Parts: sequence; C-alpha cells; structure tokens
Amino acid sequence: MKRNHPGLIAIAIAIAAFLFIFLIGPILTVVYTAFTDGQGNFTFSHFLAFAEISLMRESFANSLYVAGTTVFFATIIAIPLAYLTVRFQFRGAVLIQTLGVLPLVMPAFVGAAAMQLIFGRSGAVNLILMDNFGFSIPIMEGLNGIIFVETLHYFPFILLNLSASLATIDSSMEEAGQNLGASGWRLFRKIIFPLAIPGYIAGASLVFIKVFDDLGTPLVLNVTNMLAPQAYLRVTSIGIEDPIGYVICVILVLFSIAAMAGSWWFVKRRDYALVSRGGAQAPKRKLTSWQTAMAYGWIIGVLMLVLSPHLGILLMSFFKVWSFSVLPEQFTLVHYATIFTDAKQMIWNTILYCGLAAFIDIIIGGAIAYIVIRTTIPGRQILDHLVTVALAMPGLVLGIGYLRAFRGIDLPFGMGALTASWVIFVIAYSVRRLPYALRSCMAALTQVHPALEEAAENVGAGRTRIIRKIVIPLMMGGLLAGFVTSFITAAAEISETILLTSRESLAPMSYGIYLYFQSIAGRGPGAALSVVAITIVALGTYISHRLAAAATPHQQVGNRT
Amino acid sequence: MKSVGIEIKNIALAFGSTAVLKDITLSIEPGEFFALLGPSGSGKSTLLRLIAGFNQHQRGELLIDGKDVTGIQPWLRNVGMVFQNYALWPHMTVAQNVAFGLEARKLPSAEIRSKVASALELVDMGGLANRRPGQLSGGQQQRVAIARTLAIEPQVLLLDEPLSNLDAKLRTQTRQELVQLQRRLGITTIFVTHDQEEALTTCHRIAVMDQGIIQQVGTPMELFDFPVNRFVAQFVGSVNLYPGRFITEGDHLRFESPTLGTLMLPRGLELQSTEMDLAFRPHAVRFVDDPNTQHENNLALKGIIEDSEFLGEFLRYEVRVGEGRIMADIPHVRGALPLKAGSAVHLRVSSEELRFVTA
Repeated sequence: MKRNHPGLIAIAIAIAAFLFIFLIGPILTVVYTAFTDGQGNFTFSHFLAFAEISLMRESFANSLYVAGTTVFFATIIAIPLAYLTVRFQFRGAVLIQTLGVLPLVMPAFVGAAAMQLIFGRSGAVNLILMDNFGFSIPIMEGLNGIIFVETLHYFPFILLNLSASLATIDSSMEEAGQNLGASGWRLFRKIIFPLAIPGYIAGASLVFIKVFDDLGTPLVLNVTNMLAPQAYLRVTSIGIEDPIGYVICVILVLFSIAAMAGSWWFVKRRDYALVSRGGAQAPKRKLTSWQTAMAYGWIIGVLMLVLSPHLGILLMSFFKVWSFSVLPEQFTLVHYATIFTDAKQMIWNTILYCGLAAFIDIIIGGAIAYIVIRTTIPGRQILDHLVTVALAMPGLVLGIGYLRAFRGIDLPFGMGALTASWVIFVIAYSVRRLPYALRSCMAALTQVHPALEEAAENVGAGRTRIIRKIVIPLMMGGLLAGFVTSFITAAAEISETILLTSRESLAPMSYGIYLYFQSIAGRGPGAALSVVAITIVALGTYISHRLAAAATPHQQVGNRT
Repeated sequence: MKSVGIEIKNIALAFGSTAVLKDITLSIEPGEFFALLGPSGSGKSTLLRLIAGFNQHQRGELLIDGKDVTGIQPWLRNVGMVFQNYALWPHMTVAQNVAFGLEARKLPSAEIRSKVASALELVDMGGLANRRPGQLSGGQQQRVAIARTLAIEPQVLLLDEPLSNLDAKLRTQTRQELVQLQRRLGITTIFVTHDQEEALTTCHRIAVMDQGIIQQVGTPMELFDFPVNRFVAQFVGSVNLYPGRFITEGDHLRFESPTLGTLMLPRGLELQSTEMDLAFRPHAVRFVDDPNTQHENNLALKGIIEDSEFLGEFLRYEVRVGEGRIMADIPHVRGALPLKAGSAVHLRVSSEELRFVTA
C-alpha cells in the first residue's frame, strides 16, 4: 500500500516550503540577527553587550529562578495527586481529573489578573488576614506572583504525564520492593518515582519551557525584569533593529531545545524497557481513614486555589467595583454590554483567525500524517521533525522572527504589509499549533488499518478516491479533535498576539483581554471578555474529548484484522 | 539458616463476590520444597501472594513458624518472593537490586557489600554486578531475582512460575539448579506452577489446586499413582477416564459404562461407591495376541484401532471400545511397524493399575 503518488510528493514539497518560509526562516533570521553586526559579519559582541547590562543579567537569573521554582512547586502539587489516582481506590479520583484540566482552560495571564484581586496586596485574602490577624502574605508580589500563578496553571502538565507514567509500571516492581522490606516513603523514593521518571521529566521540562517563555503573565503582573518581557520591551520600544532582543530570543530558543533534548536524553539513558513488560497493574489499595482525610484535604486545597481565578474572573465580570473590599459590590451586566459593543470585532477576529489557522492545521497535519505513515517518500520524516521544531519554539521568538523576516513585504491586491495584516495571525497561529493537530491526525490515521484502504483499492478505487471516500471519513473524529485543539490553544495564545497586533481593529480577543487588564477601569470588561473566551475554550475542550471518544468505533474496525 | 514450617488453616478469600480461595488447609514442613500445581485461575498464585502478604484472607489463619501473620504487612514478613517476570528494577544495577532489601533493613554498608557479593556468588552472577537488568539475558535476570530474594535471608522462599519465561532448554537446567540450591540452603520453598512436569521433577510434595480448592496433596508419585478424583487424574499425567456405575456381582465387580459398555472387572477390587470413574494410565494398557490369555487379574477389552501417533519411545494408539475411546501407549521397539487403523486388538490392563476416582 506504500506507493508514492507524484501528487503526494508535490504536496510534501509544498508543505516543506511552507514550514521553511514561516517557521525555519524567521527563526534563522532571529539567530542571524543575534550573531551579526550591521554589515552582516559574524560577531559575538551582542551577547557580550547583553552580559554587560545588569538588568539583563538580573532578568536571566529571574527567569531561571521563576521557571525552576515553578517546576518545584508544581511537582509538589502534582506528585501526591498523581499517586493517589493511580494507586488508590479513591472516590476523589474524579476531582483530581477535573483538577487536571481546569487550570488549562484559562490562559495563565487571565488567571494572573484574577489572582491579583484575590491574593494581591489589597486582595480579598489579604484584606481578611489584615483585618483579623494584622498581617498579610505578599504572595502576589513580584516574582512570587508569577511563580504562584504559573504553578497553579501548569502543574497539570506534570500531573498528567506523571499519572500516565505511573500507570504503566508493572505492579510486581512495587511488590518486589515491599517483599524485600521497603514501604511508604522509601518505596516511593527508591522504586516508584524513579520508574515514573520518564513521564515526570517530560512534564517538568514542558512546564519549565512554558514558564521560561511566558510573556503574558509577567506583563499582566507588571513584572518586567525577566527575559521574555525584556525581549518584548526591547523590540517594541527600542525598535526591531535592537540586537539585545534577538540575543534574548536565542537564549529562549536554546533553553527550549536544551529542555526538550535533555528530557529525551534522560529517558533514553536509562533502560526502561522492562518497566511495562506484560503483567497486571497493581490492585488499587484502600486508604485508611486518616489517609483519606489527608487526601481530600490536599485535593480540596488545590482545587480551591485552582478555582479561585475562575471564580474571581466571574465575579469581576458581574460586579461594578472590586477594589479594597473582600467581595465585589453592585451587581451589573454592563461589562458584558461593553464588550459586545466595543469588542465585537475582537471576538469575530478570534473566530476568523483561529478557525482558519485550525483548518490549515488539519489539512497540513492530515497530509503530513498520510505522507509519513503511508508513503515511502524519501525524507518524509523531515516534515515530522520540522513540526516538532514548532513545538519547541517560543511564541515570542516566532513573533519577533516574523516582524524581522517579513518587514517590508507587501501582500498582493493592495492589502498592505504582511506584518500589519490579519493574514500574519492566521499563519502564526497555524504554524505554532500545527504540532497539536499533527498529533491528532497521526493518531487518527494509525487507527485506520491499511487493509481498509487495500480493500477499496482491490475493488478498483484510485488513490484520490480512496483518500476522499475511505481515509478522510474514518479519520474524521481525529481531524475534528485536532481542529478543536488547534482552535482553542490559538484562541488562548498571547505572546505572539501581543507582538503581531499592529492596530486594535486587527486584535483578537486574547489581546483585548490583555489590553483591558492594563487599566483598572478595564478590569470589568476584561473579565467579561475572559468569561467569553473561557467559555469557548471550555466548550471546545469538552467537544474535543467527545470527538475523541466518538472516534473509537473506527479504531475497532481498523484493529479487527 | 533455620527452616520454618507454614500452617494454612481454613483460609478463604474472595475478590468482591468471586470466591478465589475456599477453605484451604495445608501444612508445609520446615525445609520442604512444596509445589502448588493447578491451571490458571485455580487460586495457586493468589495463595502464594497471600503468604507473601499481598492478598489478605477474610477467614482462617496463616501461621509461619508457628506465628499468626494475618494482617502483617508484606514488608514486615521476611518472606522472599521471586516474581514471574522477575521484577528487577531497570534503574538499578544488579548489585543495587540485590542490596535493596539489605538497605531497607539498615545494615551497615560493609555487611551489605559482603552479603550482595555472596548472594550473587550463590547464583553464579558475581561478574555481572554492575550491569543493568536490561543488559542481561532472561536466565541471568532470573538468577539476579533469586539472589535479590535470598540476600535478605528470608524465612520462606516463594517462587511464582519461575521457569515460565525461560526457553525449553534453559528451563530444564534451571530446574535442576533450583533443586540443588534448595537442598543446599534447606529453605522452606513454595513453588507455583501450571506445569505438572516441573512440579513432579522438583518438589517433595505437591498440592493440586482447582477452583480455589485443594484437590489433593501428596508426593509426586502418590498423585500420579493414586489420584483421588477426576481432576487430579487428568491434570497429573495422561489418563483414560470413564464415568459409570459399579455393581457387586459375586466376587466380581461389574462396571456399567455408557461408553465402554458393561465390563467385568478382575477379582479383588473393592467397591467404594457405586457412582465413580474408572481410571487407568495409557502406559498401563497392553495388547495381547491371544484373546484367551491373561484374564486373571486383568481387565480384558476388545477394540478396533482408530489412529496412532508415533512419539519416539512409544506409540500412542487410539482404540475404539464400544462407544468409547481408550488411549494406549505401547513401547516402541526398533523396526516395529504401527498397527493399521481398523485392525482388531485385545487389550489388557492389570488390576493394580485400575483406579476408581470420584468425579
């Protein structure tokens, strides 16, 4: 069944060209700019200049500190939750699963605004503490605020990866430890956790990169002495020619690549082939009553923290003022009225950009999946690798790369400059979200057994007809899931968006929220717009789960051979 | 090392509403090499895991060295178990694997080092202490698993299907090594297997289990020669089994079988119950040329050869007798040709070889 239709080769080349122009090209431009002087000669002077600015050294240290500390606290939150779900008979497991998706539904920078109101210096919690006990917790101050917000936003990445890893450990691994006299903490530290390291490292490195690259949260919390905000400020205030911004981009890219390569290397280094060799999963143990109490205490505590920004945003959107008071006062719908008159364009822009980007993603993702899995075109893996590059690329870097690489390039038909048009959003979103769509498409296609295509071929159908009549319908569930994932993650994107928004009429919702949160008066409408965005994302998440579930019957068709 | 005995008294265990062990009573002598033999789902592994502490019985008592260990956690039992898949930890070296149990017991590091070395020496793995399990063959992994368990000097050694992941040749060799190791250490050992040959060749005594019940306990020979019921007769070795009724007729027993027809049994057999199975091993069947000879002390039957299989040492014939089929293993001598299908034969089975077993 593996045959290389000339049309498919042409498509493969076209996709490769698209990725080179809109992914590799901009990145290389960034790297080139960081390493050359005005005449195009190689130089290391920009990096030396970077190192000589004390603010830059401070920002670098801060970014490392924030990312590292966030990973640490996210680990502390995630480990007990993951262990509880996988190893114990426990009704709260559903709660933990909810915990695993809830934070991701709301973009971190949105959560940051709400957390200010609840945990900030004059937020609800500190007002209560101040009034009753005479002290306050400076948890939202400076870097702490970012660590707090990002920890609660990103711990699910560790939770999900670690749970998956724990679930594959053969029960006998743990039982052998018990049999030899180990239990409790020792057993966990020496056996269970080391065996789950692959999943943990995957999750932790993802959290590290995400926090290290994040632009929205620091900006909303007004923290600028970190790398990502510095790159942004440099490029937007000093100008697109300022080399320091590019130096920062190169550092961000290097860290992303190092984190990904590091996690890959770490997992490769040790031989885990034996971990899941047949065997049953451990029978889930029962918790003793005090363990149950502790477990629920932990879960409910985390759940309350995780829910607090959601609740905060909701309250903010429905009340007039919320400042220097424990709870907001004066219920109102005026914020919603405001956004449906002022921000209608932004909502529409989001739907347009993200819809188009997601559509492009499943077309390209589907084509790549088909080419990689079903053909023997030489070099087809390169497409897969190129898309992986997109996964490692910070949005900020790609945004700056676009501004630099495409400056002065005009669109045809008098649509103006590429970087100042809506087209750039669609391209940027589609490139960054392509890895998600590709993963869905790959999964969907692997579930379509080649025999189903061969059967169609056997009754005389041509390649195009087979793809159209057999492959696409059978992949539909996966394609739709990919579409939704691309759409919702693009809708929540902020780093690229801030950089690429050249005028307000072109801005999508995420930019609108960011803009509203810049002023105290804008908090209400910003919250209302957030509620709309969260509703869309939550709905999308739900739909994609349903679609993934609905796709299962195809899987059975494919496997029954 | 002091050998300890195990007493299992009226133990019952259910997972939810499924009864997995029903009233198990068993006494394992100090230093004994004991097998739990049965098909999958018979409860043998559950019983082993119960002794290790991974399953908790809901009724009955479990005594190790005279002490009731019911409710004692697995890590406090000092009962060593070798897992079917060996369960070696891939992130630790061979030496670290073996040292694990000793470290859990907080022994001084010099003592740990010497115990690890001697445990690995015991299984001939001294040279591979710094390898990781992924770099070892299946047989080597198993040796390490045994060394890891023996290093903690357990009171009892539990082996869960230890040979099932090895190839046929290695299995025989390892089996013999296990027997020698057990003799040398004198440690009370329980061996779970579904393979009757493994159990018969290694163990002092065997408990045959089915459906959560111990069907019979005995030495390998006792089980083979005197199976108490249909299950044991069939599970241990091959057997010809015929349900029917026994009726006393003078000094004879008459056996009425729906398949074989009515048979006169040789004199001297005692009636135990009227409804039982008549059982005899295929190798106990002889063919005779003269239909008039050897009636005394023999069951005499007449049949037609239906089929034959050449198995090297013997030919296995399938002989139709009445409506039934009898398996007959006839030793092969060089150059002899198998009897053709359709030929009539006269069969004799010595009365000592006839067994009555309950269904």
